[in-house]
Amino acid sequence: MNCTDCLKQISSYLDGEIDAELKQALEAHLSGCHHCEVVFDSTRKTIELYCDGKLFQLPLATRERLHAALRRRWEEKAG
Amino acid sequence: MAESPQVAERKDDSVLVTEAKAGSYAAFEELVNRYENKIYRLGLNLTGNPEDAEDMLQEAFLKAFLHLPDFREDSRFYTWLVRIAINEGLMKLRKQRADKSVQIEDAVGEDGEFLPREFTDWKPNPEEQFKQAEIEQILQKAAQSLSPGFRAVFLLRDVEELSTQETAELLGLTEGAVKARLFRARLQLREELSKVFKRG
Repeated sequence: MNCTDCLKQISSYLDGEIDAELKQALEAHLSGCHHCEVVFDSTRKTIELYCDGKLFQLPLATRERLHAALRRRWEEKAG
Repeated sequence: MAESPQVAERKDDSVLVTEAKAGSYAAFEELVNRYENKIYRLGLNLTGNPEDAEDMLQEAFLKAFLHLPDFREDSRFYTWLVRIAINEGLMKLRKQRADKSVQIEDAVGEDGEFLPREFTDWKPNPEEQFKQAEIEQILQKAAQSLSPGFRAVFLLRDVEELSTQETAELLGLTEGAVKARLFRARLQLREELSKVFKRG
């Protein structure tokens, strides 16, 4: 497997969607190719960062406005 | 016999949905409490600014509240909520784009080749090397480098963990198109983040 073929499969590999034979070839390539290993590791890290639950916390004031709007709507509906 | 301490019971979403449908605001509020942060994060990453994220958050929950009686529970509550939220967000972006006479999709086809150009190692644990606000800004800026259609696929698949099929149905795409867009979105985001996080 060359680098281009490896990089084209990285997304499917991350999703566990490649067959066993291709997986073996890809892993063999990754273990011997630093460039592709960097791309794989940093792509995985990219996803991890966006999923980090500590980031993008809802500000308290925004939360309070949301809850006030919902309660108002609920009370209107309840009459 | 001593009374056992009260343990806060965590009800399933489906139980809360049933109670909310029957008129319990407390049950609906508990659903809001569970997911408000995730929907806000989705809004920030999709729209790129706190004002639009707040609009999206409010609209999503108000619509969820209004349409709760119609929710047939053939999917998880959260998947249903994300569907409402992403549609609100994309509608907002379409409106903004229309105002500027710009198409929502960029000129690159969904199968457009995108191969990495940056091969330098990243610094270890960038989340520990930057302040939280800086990391958030970096991630948002990188997300905005994607066209909304690609951004939506990435956020739905990788962050909200919807399946390829759910994402395809929600966005009106084929499953193949979802996979192609996800591939490109991941690599393009990685490329953007590499500019900041690479060693040296």
